[in-house]
Parts: sequence; structure tokens; C-alpha cells
Amino acid sequence: MTDVKRETAENAGFDLFGALARFAPLIFLIALMIIFAVLEPRFMSSINLFNVMRQVSITGLLAIGMTFVILTAGIDLSIGSLLAFAGLVAAAVAKGGMQDRFTVGEGVIGYGWQLAALAAIAVGVCGGMLQGLAITRLKVPPFVVTLGGMSVFRGAALLFAAGGPISGFQPDYTWWGQGKIGPVPVPVIIFLVAALLAHIALRYMRYGRQVYAVGGNPEAARLSGLNVNWVICSVYVIMGFFAGLGAFVLSARLNSAEAVAGTGYELTVIASVVIGGTSLFGGVGTIFGTVIGSILIGVLLNGLVLMNVSSYIQQIIIGVIIVLAVAFDTFAKSRRRKA
Amino acid sequence: MTDPEILLKMTGIAKSFPGVKALDGVDLEIAPAEIHALLGENGAGKSTLLKILAGAQSPDRGTISFEGNDVTLPTPQAAQKLGIVTIYQEFTLAPDMTIAENVFIGREPGSRLFLNWSKMAAETLKLIRRIGLERSPMTLVRDLSVAEQQMVEIARALSMHSRVIIMDEPTSALSLAEVDKLFRIVRQLKSEGISIIFVTHRLEEVIEICDRFTVLRDGRNVGAGKVSEITIDGIIRLMVGREVNALFAHREDSGAGEVALAVEGLTRRRSAHDPHATELQDVSFHVRRGEILGIAGLVGAGRTETARAIFGADPFDSGRVLIDGQPVDIRSPRDAIKHGVGLVPEDRKQQALFLSQAIRTNLSIAALDRIDRFGLFIDERKERSLVEEYRKLLNIRMASIDQAVGNLSGGNQQKVVLARWLALRPKVLIVDEPTRGIDIGAKVEVHNLLFEMARSGIAVIAISSELPEVLAVADRIVTMREGRVTGEVMRADATQEKLMTMMTLSAAGRAA
Repeated sequence: MTDVKRETAENAGFDLFGALARFAPLIFLIALMIIFAVLEPRFMSSINLFNVMRQVSITGLLAIGMTFVILTAGIDLSIGSLLAFAGLVAAAVAKGGMQDRFTVGEGVIGYGWQLAALAAIAVGVCGGMLQGLAITRLKVPPFVVTLGGMSVFRGAALLFAAGGPISGFQPDYTWWGQGKIGPVPVPVIIFLVAALLAHIALRYMRYGRQVYAVGGNPEAARLSGLNVNWVICSVYVIMGFFAGLGAFVLSARLNSAEAVAGTGYELTVIASVVIGGTSLFGGVGTIFGTVIGSILIGVLLNGLVLMNVSSYIQQIIIGVIIVLAVAFDTFAKSRRRKA
Repeated sequence: MTDPEILLKMTGIAKSFPGVKALDGVDLEIAPAEIHALLGENGAGKSTLLKILAGAQSPDRGTISFEGNDVTLPTPQAAQKLGIVTIYQEFTLAPDMTIAENVFIGREPGSRLFLNWSKMAAETLKLIRRIGLERSPMTLVRDLSVAEQQMVEIARALSMHSRVIIMDEPTSALSLAEVDKLFRIVRQLKSEGISIIFVTHRLEEVIEICDRFTVLRDGRNVGAGKVSEITIDGIIRLMVGREVNALFAHREDSGAGEVALAVEGLTRRRSAHDPHATELQDVSFHVRRGEILGIAGLVGAGRTETARAIFGADPFDSGRVLIDGQPVDIRSPRDAIKHGVGLVPEDRKQQALFLSQAIRTNLSIAALDRIDRFGLFIDERKERSLVEEYRKLLNIRMASIDQAVGNLSGGNQQKVVLARWLALRPKVLIVDEPTRGIDIGAKVEVHNLLFEMARSGIAVIAISSELPEVLAVADRIVTMREGRVTGEVMRADATQEKLMTMMTLSAAGRAA
């Protein structure tokens, strides 16, 4: 049978491009770290490295949520705004209201960090669900819904904060952003645990299969008996959950929540996910890639700061990187098509 | 050749795709001012040949000469420059633009920056009157009937000063009156010196309008000549080929059991949501356990629409579906699957496969209930053994179950889709064009799988545009035309000619 011969011929040989594409983010990260280590000795100090990781953990948490969204070929531009709004709500709960918003110290007890964290997550989940419903029920494209959400949640945050920050939390609150377990900052642990759980969900759970299927081919997913609208809505809820969690950790780290928090996060977060190899066309990507992508962006920004590169130039670099990463993805996709 | 004067000559054209040798040394000669039928079953290589002629694909080997000069057609623009224009089955018109804009799209008269609307409208008017389209050039294409849209396509081809117009299945979406009108236009074009390459499945049309024919089978020439010197039967013999008849063995006894699925009065009116779907009118039939029911019909007969309505993929307006004698309410594919109904859709790449994902996950996606733990997690060991089981059962040839399904040949891809549904252990499985675009060897394997399914007690509904296939696999055949069931016949009493008559019968003929 000629068929057999052809099939073996197709699969003979090692797919060098495929392997390279898979590990490209990791290779790029290691190369970048070597370059910075050579150019700037302070870069490799353990203090600096933990510092990088602490910074990465917030955008990293958002990037985990964004991975679910992008796997379904969606996008969420509202995360920075949603994070600011959720952070303010958490802060208000922690302070027991708005009257003591500027009191820094131990005088104000409020409702405790537990309720504050819960409130942040609830705001995030509700915001995500609203957007998910708008996308699936009203059939408005994710780009438009979340572009609207970006404005709505920022407005809500500004309205809620009435212009100023809410600062000064109890030590058990700020521990979640500033504390350490051994030498490891708490946010880093939260980030890595969340990444592990998300990895399990995508890789080993029925739910993960459904996310990949819906992203890979929504019509085929529907004809395979999947509830496509439910899956799409759920990824925005997950995104909202991580926006809420990120908001809580960020406010704890800064000991303050403000309405302008998270501005421009959507770009950093989407860049992290895309650089990590998740395809904007949906259906392809891993949490491992997203973790690497997040660290890569963090290392890049940190290295540039250490080398006194202007933050304006950093923005330019991130913008260029996101376009190049997508170009690479498009190229890889056309190769997959041809294969 | 009999004609001394050759306008267009293709010699030894070969083209391979990963997994399929589409063309293997094909010749085609077109004389000036002739209507030339290009014939062959689905997958014979017609569309690849036409794409090469349209400049959409490049041949691996072979030469093309036009008016005696060797030419290459690297782009559609190059083909158009020579005057070779293709009118595809799916029109390429922009629905929200006017007739005039569509006719001159990309070549608008006027200066570099501004359109010359009055000139565009006047030229368009001349073109559409020439072929008898009584509309204003400023009409939106959206507001035209399918036949009128086709006339706009023809006007566009004329505006490019075409020498050769390729028409791919031009009559498939037309009513009989519209076909007559189209044929008048085609004859007129011929009289103006234009050559037409006419692709159709309706062989009576070949006899009626074409001068010469070329038949392809499995990427090779199997016959060419004057239409006046051949009969429909002769063309069918060339298209089908004796050895294929020998390959397509049917099974002996069906041993059909109880009625597994019955459809009663299924009706679907035209919806704004999906205007191109065929309306279904009072479609009724049943299929028994262990039986293979074939549904035959031309393109647009409503076969796929019927399958999708039963499966809950599209809504329907009235009628009901019964499974094991009980009426069931199927509103989505999920509901259908719960009731034990599966559908292998007609377009496996668009509607069935997750091309960039592994064979393993493609195969198991509908049967996660069989491989999960606590309803939440996937037991990968169970999954692997399930996939391996079906890999052996269906003889799916692959390097590893973790390889991307997009890298398999068409036949093996189709087996993965079939395996997905078998893994669900369905009561009823609907297969829509189960062997479209796959090799002849794989076709035979898929047919044997359908037999195997029926033997295990599954009620199989097989939809196919290829009559030899319907005749080979089905125990009983229902024919459809324009959204209605037009007849039913047992396989033993069916012939291609009989089925073709049932599929093309007009309403008056049916009443008689």
C-alpha cells in the first residue's frame, strides 16, 4: 500500500523547526539572562532575581488567566482596569469603609484581609462574567467587549476612589504582597501555585480539553457536543478571577490601592502569553510557556532598568516584541498548515 | 486532435499534495469557440486542474501553451491577462456593493484616485444587457437571485475580455428555467468566439450543450472526444471505471432490525441566518438497526441540511425525530449525542478536526465520559488505551497518537473522525460524504468500516454525491431533490441511471 509508505515518509526525521519553536521562549530567556549577567553584574544577585520574580508575579497571575482567554482565540483588554477597580474594593473592605482611607497604621481594623481578598476576587469574577455573557449572548467580538470593559471598569474605579488612593493596611494584609516564606517572596509562591493549578486544569482536566477544542475549531467543538458558549464565558470568568487575585496581591505589595493601578497591563500580559507560545488564533499554548513568557518580559524590563534604559524605550521594545512574537506564530501556523 | 486550431493546451500536468497525488500527467486541449466539458468524479483532479489554469496553484510538472506560445500562470492576474477567467461554484462577489462595483472590482475606471462612476455604470449596463440581465448597474448584489449573481460573474468575466471562461458547476444552484437561460448565454458567448470549460455532474447537460469532453479519473486522462460520439452511459463508464466497480464490493445481507431513527415531516424554511441552506419540505424516512440507508441527491438537494437538522446542528421549523419509536427533543449536538446520534460532517477540516492538536485528543473529545475520573479529570492511561483500541480497529496509520492530526493523509484523518464517533458507541451514525477527497484505497477501507458498524447494530445513514458509493454501501436508498424526498429504492433494484432519474425528476414527473 502506497499509503503506508507515505505516512512513514511524512513522519520520518526529526522536526527541528517544531522543537525549536517549542523551546524558543526558554532558549531566548536563558540567552537574555546571560547577556544581562555579562553586561551588568548586579543582575544576577539573588536580591535582584527575587525582585524580578516579585514584579513578574502580578502580571504573571494575569497572564495565567489570559492564557485561558487566548486559547479560545479571545482577548481581554479590560484586565488593567478591572484590577484597579477590584483592588479599590478590596482596600475599602480591608479598611472597613472609606472614612479612614488615608490612615496608615494599626488603628483601623476593618473587615480583615480574608474578606478583602474575597471581595477583590468577587469583583473580578463578576466583571469577567459580564463580559463573557456579552460575548456569547450578544455576539459582540471579545476585542470590542473588553475594549468597552477597559473604559467601564476604569471609570468605575475612578468613581469609587473619588480621585485618591486608599492606603494603609494591617500587616496580615500586606504580608500577602511583601512577606516572604524563607527567602521566597509570597507573591512568587502565589504565582507559581496558581500556575501549577492552571497547568493541571488545562493538561489533565476535561475542562482543559474543552478549552483547547473550542479554541482550535469552535464549529468542530460544537458538533462534538461541547457547550461552546459556556466554555467561552468561563474563560472570561477565570480571567476575572486572576484579575481580582492580582489586584489583592498588588494592593498588599504597595500597601495601597489606586484608580490608575494596572494601566497598560493588558499589553505586558498579552505579550507574556504570546511570547510564551500561545497562539492568538486559539487552540495552541501552555501555561509553562506563559510562565516563561512572563519571566522573560520581567527580566527584559529589569535588565533595561539596570542598564539605565529609559522607560519610554522599554515601551517601544515591548510593542515591537509583541508584533514579532505574533509574526513568528503566524509563520509557525502556515508551516503547520503546509505539513 | 480533430480540431486543427488549438487555443489552449495543457500537457503532462502533474501536481501532488502531501498525502495525495492530485494530477499525474494530465492533458487538456481547448479549441477556440467551443464548449468543453471537464468531467470526473469528486477527487478525480478537476478542481486542481482548474486551479492551475486559474493561476491559483502551480503545477509540479507539465506545460501550458496559449495560442501556440508556452506560458506560465504564476498568479491569477497572469491568467486573467491572457483572458482565462474562472467562475467558481461559490461566487466571489461582495454582497454589499453594486453590480457595477463588482464587475469592475480592482479595475475601476477613472483616474488614479477617483472612480468614474458614470463610465463604470455605462460599461456595466452594456455588459449585463448583452447577457440579458435586466437590472440597474447600481443594484446591490445582495438583492439579486443566485442566477442573477451568476450573471454578474459572467459580466465580470466579459469585462476582462475573456478568451476562456471556466465555469465550475454553474448549474448546481439554479432552477430548470434558470439553467435554460444560462445555456442561452453560454451559446451566445460561444458564438462570440469565447471558449467555455464547463464542469458539471449533470451529464444530460453535457450532452445538451457541450461540443467536446475530457474525462479525468484519479488524476489521469481516461477519455476525451466529441460529445456527439458518446452516450451518457459511455461517459459514466469512463468516469467510474471498471476496476473501481470491482473494488466497491457491497455486503450480502443487511439483517436490519427495529427502526432506530425515524424522521417525520421535517420542514425548514429559509432563514435570514443562513440564506444559502436549502429549504426542507416534509422530509420523512427511517433507518433500522444494522441497516445502511443511503441518501442520494445533487448539490443543493438538502441532504446535508437534513443531517444537520436531525443532529441539532441547525434548527428546524416543524416535524419530529423519533429514536427507538420515542419522539425526542434535539436542540443541539449535545442533545443528539445524549440520544445516541452521531454526525460525521461533510467537511472534516472545517467541521470535525482540531488540525493542530494531537490525534489522541481529536479522537477522545466527544467520549470524555469514557475516560474521566470523578467526572473532572482525564485518566490518560484509559485515554491512551481507548485511542490505541480504535487505532487498531480502524487501521489508522500514524507515527504516534500524539502527532498532530493535520499531518495525516485525508483517509487517515477521516478514520480519526469516524473513530471519535465509534468511541461514543452511537445508536445512529450519520456520515456526510464519508470519503470526500480521500484515496481510492482508503475509500474502500471506509466502506468496510461502515459495513462493520452496521453489522454491530448501528443504524447508519450515508450521504454521498458519488452514486457508485451510494450503490456500494447502502442497503436502501432515499433520493432527495430541492429539499424533498423524491423516492426510495432497495439497493437490489437500484442502478445509477434509476437513481439519477429520481434525483433529477421534476415535480410534474413525480406526480405522474
